[in-house]
Amino acid sequence: MSTATATRRTGGEADADAPAPRRRLTPLRLLLHGFLIAVSLIWLFPIAWAVLTSLRSYEYTATNGYVSFGGWTFDNYVTAWRTAEFGQHFLNSVYITVPAVLLTLFLASCVAFVIARFSWKLNLILLGVFTAANLLPQQALLIPLFRLYTEVPLPEFMSDSELLYDSYWGLILINVAFQCGFCVFVLSNYMKALPRDLYEAAMVDGASVWRQYWQVTMPLCRPALAALATLEVTWIYNEFFWATVLMRTGDKFPVTSSLNNLRGQFFTDNNLVSAGSVLVAIPTLVIFFMLQRHFVRGLTLGASKG
Amino acid sequence: MSDLPLIQADRAVPPPAATPTTGGRRRRLRLLSRTDRVVITLMVLVPLLLVTAFIWLPAAATVVLSATDWDGIGPLNEIDFVGARNYSDVVNIYPPFVPAIQNNLLWLAVLFLVATPFGMFLAVLLDKELKGSRFYQTALYLPVVLSLALIGFVWQLLYSRDQGLINAVFGSSIDWYGDSNVNIWAVMIASGWRHVGYIMLLYLAGLKGVDPSLREAAAVDGASESRTFFRVVFPVLRPINVIVLVVTVIESLRAFDLVWVVNKGRNGLELISALVTQNVVGEASRIGFGSALATIMLVVSLVFITIYLATVMRENRQ
Repeated sequence: MSTATATRRTGGEADADAPAPRRRLTPLRLLLHGFLIAVSLIWLFPIAWAVLTSLRSYEYTATNGYVSFGGWTFDNYVTAWRTAEFGQHFLNSVYITVPAVLLTLFLASCVAFVIARFSWKLNLILLGVFTAANLLPQQALLIPLFRLYTEVPLPEFMSDSELLYDSYWGLILINVAFQCGFCVFVLSNYMKALPRDLYEAAMVDGASVWRQYWQVTMPLCRPALAALATLEVTWIYNEFFWATVLMRTGDKFPVTSSLNNLRGQFFTDNNLVSAGSVLVAIPTLVIFFMLQRHFVRGLTLGASKG
Repeated sequence: MSDLPLIQADRAVPPPAATPTTGGRRRRLRLLSRTDRVVITLMVLVPLLLVTAFIWLPAAATVVLSATDWDGIGPLNEIDFVGARNYSDVVNIYPPFVPAIQNNLLWLAVLFLVATPFGMFLAVLLDKELKGSRFYQTALYLPVVLSLALIGFVWQLLYSRDQGLINAVFGSSIDWYGDSNVNIWAVMIASGWRHVGYIMLLYLAGLKGVDPSLREAAAVDGASESRTFFRVVFPVLRPINVIVLVVTVIESLRAFDLVWVVNKGRNGLELISALVTQNVVGEASRIGFGSALATIMLVVSLVFITIYLATVMRENRQ
């Protein structure tokens, strides 16, 4: 499985495993380290500043200025959580992200399997249709899609707007449709690298196509699926545009898009803005630090050549 | 902005199915039972219908609507076709159009000429496998996990006129997000901050895949490090270069979230994507007109998507 070995070498993880080559610290290397430390700190600074600001009281910073020391408090988090109803918005994000990611991976792996397993002339076209869809500018689809969403009815138990517009279903579907292309592309490459003897053997054993997909291919794709799941969770959680234009009810907004409403409420109080920003960032940061290897592998999946 | 489109296929992938002859393919098809054929059809058809209904048909409809004067309310059969009038209106009598084009191009220029080379430079440095390399990498691609909307908020803490860090430190009183002379630069710095980490990651992955014997050969020949990079390593990275180019173009064309959270793309922050949205979601609802703008976006992006697919497929077949 060349893809598996190739991806294992990509990204930052490999460095931890390989014994660091011991070299003398020449002035040039010292300069290099100095430069990289400086750039890293500059890169971390805006995030660190947001955390710092969120932990200080508005009154203190208002009188002493932001470049001061003191006024430490957790009140901003409490206030931001309450006034912005973060609990509800996080829940909305879960309702949208979890089904969307599962559905994307399932549908994309089906198409990828057929593309990788069978060699028909339509395969390249199919791959192109899916991959290109992922790269189109969302705004270019907005007008007909908006109209479509306001026309398609849903039963009341699925959406209280009784339309695709302003419903979780609508957001799930558009996210799935958009993200499928990327996953088809990555998974079909991954599946093509699986040994073909596997399928010959499965055929001899009389395994149906579905079994070849579900019980032979999918277990072998676990590393790719894990990497894609991590990436897709952060992307769909971070999705801003579709929720902004295809939702109307403020209470139903996922947390990333609800940010824009918060802005009005928090306008005069940067300490609150920063507490809200940190709260919204926490899920992606947790995923990132816990599943860093998957995240990086997902971003570079297939990038290096085995 | 959520989708960081990806890279090219793995070169090690074997050619698909050892290119069977037509006869062989038919034989294989006949090996499949009826149920199998139904399953295969469903596996392709369901996702295909979804992508067609939600992505490709709307894209096609946008192009059709751009030739009409539809206001978005009346029934579809009352639409009048007006030919290219919307396009000439966009160019001639729509004041934000020219600034939007300029801003989109500026965005592309900054990402491409500043952020991308810088990301590549950092990747080259980090490829030396220094001690602490993991810390540097993590710090640099941390912004990639944040949404661009959120980045707009985080940077507001630095940019805000009364409460921002920059003005506090330098004693200035510039409204970085509000002043139409500077705000496009301010949001581009925030956008570039994220872009650098992503580009660095792509090149780092690419560099790790470069055959070490190439560099050794260059070293034996006595080539300097920079010479080796530009003459030996960089040409090998060609597929990644194409992908980075396309990704950068598409990202700058799709840029939206950041300017929308700042001021809905007005007052100095006009972008084509924001104009389309304003024309549809806002009070105006000028569908034909907005569609003409959207079609322009669509055409530009399709050119680069084609380049991308051609590169990817060529890699795929090798």
